[in-house]
Amino acid sequence: MALPSGTQPASGSAPPAVAVRPGAAFRRRTLADREDLLGRLMLGPTLLYVIALAGIPFLLAIVLSFSDARAGSLSFSLVGLRNFLAILPDPQFHRALWNTLLLTVVSQAAVLVLATTSAVILDAGLPGRRAIRFLLLLPWAVPVSLASLAWVWIFDSTFSVINWTLKALGLLRTWLFWFGDPALAMTAIITVHVWRMFPFATVIVLAGLSAIPQDIREAAVVDGAGFWRRLLQVDLPLLLPVAIVAVLFGVTFTSTDLSVVYLLTNGGPYNSTHVLATLAFQRGILGGDLGQGAAVALFLLPVLVVVAAVMLRLARRTEVGA
Amino acid sequence: MGYVETRDLRKVFGDVPAVDGVDLSVAEGEFLVLLGPSGCGKTTLMRMIAGLETPTSGEVYIAGERMDADVPPRARGIAMVFQSYALYPHKTAAGNIAFPLEAAGVARPAVTQRVQEGAALFGIGRLLPRFPRQLSGGERQRVALARAVVRSPKVFLFDEPLSNLDAKLRALARYELKKLQRQLGTTTLYVTHDQVEAMGLGDRIAVMNHGRVLQVATPREIYDHPADTFVATFVGAPPMNLIEVDDRTLLGFRPERFLPRPAFDPSADVVPFRLRVQHVENLGADRLVYGVLDERARSDQPVIADLPVTVTTPLGEGQVYDFGVERRWVRYFDRQNGARRGGGAA
Repeated sequence: MALPSGTQPASGSAPPAVAVRPGAAFRRRTLADREDLLGRLMLGPTLLYVIALAGIPFLLAIVLSFSDARAGSLSFSLVGLRNFLAILPDPQFHRALWNTLLLTVVSQAAVLVLATTSAVILDAGLPGRRAIRFLLLLPWAVPVSLASLAWVWIFDSTFSVINWTLKALGLLRTWLFWFGDPALAMTAIITVHVWRMFPFATVIVLAGLSAIPQDIREAAVVDGAGFWRRLLQVDLPLLLPVAIVAVLFGVTFTSTDLSVVYLLTNGGPYNSTHVLATLAFQRGILGGDLGQGAAVALFLLPVLVVVAAVMLRLARRTEVGA
Repeated sequence: MGYVETRDLRKVFGDVPAVDGVDLSVAEGEFLVLLGPSGCGKTTLMRMIAGLETPTSGEVYIAGERMDADVPPRARGIAMVFQSYALYPHKTAAGNIAFPLEAAGVARPAVTQRVQEGAALFGIGRLLPRFPRQLSGGERQRVALARAVVRSPKVFLFDEPLSNLDAKLRALARYELKKLQRQLGTTTLYVTHDQVEAMGLGDRIAVMNHGRVLQVATPREIYDHPADTFVATFVGAPPMNLIEVDDRTLLGFRPERFLPRPAFDPSADVVPFRLRVQHVENLGADRLVYGVLDERARSDQPVIADLPVTVTTPLGEGQVYDFGVERRWVRYFDRQNGARRGGGAA
């Protein structure tokens, strides 16, 4: 048994007598000793917050998606799968579903490539890399509404700096109406998403890179591997668990994001750039059909759950033992 | 010219010199051990030879070729074994051993064959499909050695490759390593802070401290004729006894040369000392006797005697006994700079 602090074994006499000072402050178990209780107490506020602001609305959305609830009306009855059956043949829904998948896959692929590239560059010990790292994180820290406004100007039909720059370089003969053409509009949306997501991914990948033991990376150098072999056969495989987590976050954020599409194109032109989140908002809040809006919003949920489960499993499996 | 050579090699981190002007010459096929305490610069020296660290100044030559900063590690013909083994955790043992061969562009069938040969050399054939996390420490070490050996490098660089093994395994691994090096005849540089390892493995030992090489010599020479007091006390356990003779001179002798007078042949030329015994440790094979000299001029100086089990003189704590050292085993050092003086040297 450990001696209470402040007491010392009496010297001289053998066996040493343990002098316990009566009334010592730490003789009784305090709250700090009771890790089980302390843990619950400290987790409490967070749990409450998550349940109130994420859990309850989520359950409510599930209930709503099986109901005929409408905004401005108190009537409520369960209608089973009717909302889902209604959206399934809807071409606008198809378009939104396709756009969501396109946005998620293309932007995540781009983010992964960009993030890995910039992380490898930053990791190589550039001068002033702290400043660069700080600047990199800015897009992620800027409020999305503010950033999107800036991008609206960058893609503006008259003032687009992209167009003017391309024109000045002699690379563009016609004029690009970024928000007037469905394909260009999707390109713009994807661009903004990548711009927003990749700094955070860079930081995650950078952390993953610095977690690879230096010895292993040097062994690869001594073993004669060139840059690409080291990157593809040593660094990237060892980054995989971290990269999977980064992608998982990215997929979830991107496929459920409302703000970028809403602020950039608001689903236009002619409802061609809606994603599930904006369509749900349009149908459920603006259109007042709460039930159908919830059904649209929840449509990807099972897919996301499966994706998350698979990826977490993969991350655990590729995790390297000591 | 040596097979591996450094000329006035220097590495400064900030304004701290880690390696401070090292001239080293390793003969072809030689096993040279870099021995020194942690932070003495031995690993930095090895890393500069490997090309993992750029020297602040000085030159490195391998097989007669100048290895400047433009020669990357892969072009230096070296293989390195790290203290942690640095196995690729996501590759099997076979994948690990094959990696340097693949990097060198060896054709697939030849890779497979040489991996098999390398594995056979270390008796790890059945471990080839396993991942590093499924291997024991000793098995990992063998995989790391096999990875170093398969591409027949000009020079092996070993950075404390045995220090992660338990004591029993380490002695065996030491023996096998030495045997392997003899068999292959590959020039080897071996970094360690363990003087037993250095004595057992090295054809020659380079003792380092504070970024400098203090002495390069055979283990016997290092042990019997240490160049200075640092070498004298760093090599050997317990270390050499050093006694102040006067303001300018230290006298040194090994604990195992310091015996009770009856243990000497009557005709031997013995320097006598009187020892007040303070504590005796019986270690089985020998007795360690801790005491202080009981002399008029040089009393109260702590010394250790290491008596073999064959010396049975009874010794009581607190008593004073006649001890002595044969004159040919007495060394003299300069008290100011620690350097050995000619007297007593062979």
